[in-house]
Amino acid sequence: MSDNLLKVRGLKIGATVYPPGEKPHDIKIVHGVDCDLEKGKVLGLIGESGAGKSTIGLATMAYGRGGVELTGGEVWVNDRDILASAQGDIRSLRGGEVTYVSQSAAASFNPAKQIMEQVTEAAIGHGKFSKKEAEERAVTLFRKLGLPDPENIGKRYPHQVSGGQLQRCMTALALCPEPDLVVFDEPTTALDVTTQIDVLAAIKEAIRDTGVAALYITHDLAVVAQVSDDIMVLRHGNTVEYGTTDQIINAPQEEYTQALVSVRSIEHEEKQPTPEPLLTVQNITARYKGTKFDVLHDVTVDLHPGQTLAVVGESGSGKSTLARVITGLLPPRDGTINFAGRMLSKDLGNRTKEDLRELQMIYQMADVAMNPRQTVGTIIGRPLEFYFGLKGAEKRKRVIELLDEIEMGSEFIDRYPAELSGGQKQRVCIARALAAKPKLIICDEVTSALDPLVADGILKLLLQLQKIEDVAYLFITHDLATVKAIADSIAVMYQGKVQRYGSKSHVLTPPFDDYTDLLLSSVPEMKLGWLEDVIANRKMESAGN
Amino acid sequence: MSPIVKLLAQRIALGLLLLFLVSILIFAGTIVLPGDVAQSILGQSATPEALANLRAELGLDEPPVARYFNWLFGVFQGDLGTALTSGQDIATAIGKRLGNTLFLAFWAAIIAVPLAIFLGLLAVRYRERWPDKLISAVTLASISVPEFLIGYILMFFIGVKLGWFPPTAISYRPDADLLTKLSAVALPIAVLTLVVLAHMMRMTRAAILNVMQSAYIETAELKGLRMFTIIWRHAFPNSVAPVVNVVMLNLAYLVVGVVVVEVVFVYPGMGGYLVDHVSKRDIPVVQACGLIFAAVYIGLNLIADVVSILANPRLRHPK
Repeated sequence: MSDNLLKVRGLKIGATVYPPGEKPHDIKIVHGVDCDLEKGKVLGLIGESGAGKSTIGLATMAYGRGGVELTGGEVWVNDRDILASAQGDIRSLRGGEVTYVSQSAAASFNPAKQIMEQVTEAAIGHGKFSKKEAEERAVTLFRKLGLPDPENIGKRYPHQVSGGQLQRCMTALALCPEPDLVVFDEPTTALDVTTQIDVLAAIKEAIRDTGVAALYITHDLAVVAQVSDDIMVLRHGNTVEYGTTDQIINAPQEEYTQALVSVRSIEHEEKQPTPEPLLTVQNITARYKGTKFDVLHDVTVDLHPGQTLAVVGESGSGKSTLARVITGLLPPRDGTINFAGRMLSKDLGNRTKEDLRELQMIYQMADVAMNPRQTVGTIIGRPLEFYFGLKGAEKRKRVIELLDEIEMGSEFIDRYPAELSGGQKQRVCIARALAAKPKLIICDEVTSALDPLVADGILKLLLQLQKIEDVAYLFITHDLATVKAIADSIAVMYQGKVQRYGSKSHVLTPPFDDYTDLLLSSVPEMKLGWLEDVIANRKMESAGN
Repeated sequence: MSPIVKLLAQRIALGLLLLFLVSILIFAGTIVLPGDVAQSILGQSATPEALANLRAELGLDEPPVARYFNWLFGVFQGDLGTALTSGQDIATAIGKRLGNTLFLAFWAAIIAVPLAIFLGLLAVRYRERWPDKLISAVTLASISVPEFLIGYILMFFIGVKLGWFPPTAISYRPDADLLTKLSAVALPIAVLTLVVLAHMMRMTRAAILNVMQSAYIETAELKGLRMFTIIWRHAFPNSVAPVVNVVMLNLAYLVVGVVVVEVVFVYPGMGGYLVDHVSKRDIPVVQACGLIFAAVYIGLNLIADVVSILANPRLRHPK
């Protein structure tokens, strides 16, 4: 008997897809992947969306999500080929020998049941522990994972704990039955950076203490570098590179891996403020209708023409609310908005067409920001018609110009959003905003839903367009790497207030206030041992605990 | 005040308001109905004076608003008035009939509701396979055939040919022992069950299938649980709200909508009583029956609302 807990040989995975208007056909997701995992080791699977990493993770539990089918190869867990096993054996494998931690604990916990019942269910169901033993073990795990009030947190319902806590409860759920292997599928991706770091540290410690082996799936190489012994880089269902973490991070062989390691390398020279700001937001205080507390307190920022102001903060910090106030969607209770030398009406309904044209917006989710039944040409053409009255050949010519500007050819003009990739969709949204010839574009987390390399491309495009069109960006993001890449000035927001504001060089240069320090230090860095260093040097607890 | 108490108080207040509005509607509706009690009591050959005298005696010559409030205050005091045709106290007469109807509805519900939910769970477990298709086909067929036809078919085959149960409910006496009573109403119960089964079963199936798409069902599958355990323990509790609404609608139907079945099986329930007095133009009885039916309907839907609210863990266990 070997030490190998998991042995994957020539794994092939496919699925039947049902594209609208076409005949259903089979596609291949994973084309023959091999990997090995010893007891107590951690293997990182890394790649962009569509690389097949989650699918491979679930294959170690003989599970195919939706219509996914495991079409070939072998998956050996504890010297047993699980793809050839009977239904009953697979049931004892799932939740017994191999367990799973999903990206969204909030969705993966049953809202109608107490946390304890869900955490212990598999261990009791597989007869590994009695109810009492399982609950004791769960409490031990809660404590180990740093959850508050470990004795009683199990009595709560999932909606009664925070996102970061629930993600740790999910880890406890996976560890409770004493599995041999845990599959972590993007366990920290949905969390704020300052919360991510705590959960990451908790997971790493739990793996070490319980001696369990793990598959750690993520798109973030800097994160996986902190927890895994080996890394496998995947792309389009193929292995690109497979080696030790040290080798992958410090001496990547393949071009694709090198690109992943060096991503976020955009250099952007900070511009000096002009005498006359384009946008002045002064003393804005705002709350949502029917609520009793302010989500923005006395917010004051400036944005200069042709420059980028990055508004950075965690979920709940009020950064998107600020965008809603500036666009007029949420009239503030107090404060003024000056734009291009005039005072903007607080209410969207009272703004002129010129106000609307000069202030455009791009959203996080490009697919829901476009009408799926309109072609790219119609989508980009609409503002041309609305603001400038362009029609027919003239409009088409301008649409093609815009498509050129966003580095997409004229052949896209008759395509529908569903036929585009995530990055292309976002480019179309950028073109739509540009079509109005705005002075300011508000970009709300425009790269958050994209893979790192694609996001990089979008950021480069935005910078280039800024040079050509002399447009200003109000760039809302939670990602500090993005901020460093494109901002001229930065506003750090925390609990509805501007915590730190100024030019990029000022905001990113010490001395920091405690929150900015926490935020900056929480951004994963692509080097081994980073996690331990940061945890050791912290001055402030993160808010998500 | 906790949000849940507030919500419940709101619902109950709304229910009462609704009942009040319905009482106006019933009263107005029965007034505009064509026909005249005095005429139907005295017959076509009555003299105008005799008719006028009788109307005055029955209180029919007062203005409608005054009659409405007289009636409403009576109802508040438990006095539903007297039947114009027989002079009997309506509350007493309805009391007996309502008891009979509730007896029938209760036993039909006891069988139909668990059976419908179980069949719904079974249909989800074997989705798109033959048990699912069979259940769907049979329940659809039974809801599509008119209930009186099912009634006569069962009466003929089970009651007459096989002789398992009495073909009609004539032998039903409220003071008989339970077994005799149940055997007397076995066939009406069967018919009612068949009628309400499909609706509840299909809603259960749809509601659970909807929940089965959730990420937490995948979590349960990856715990290695059996399919039926997953459906029962993880999916069903989250589909209670829509299911309860349909169940309550059907329970209301069992009380309010059984007229045809009662007539077919000659069962002494509310339905038969109402039909009888509609044909006699006995307005107070019709009003009283209408009000009771409305109260049952509103009451059951109120319960459905309350259960749906309570089924939401976010409201039951606020942060």
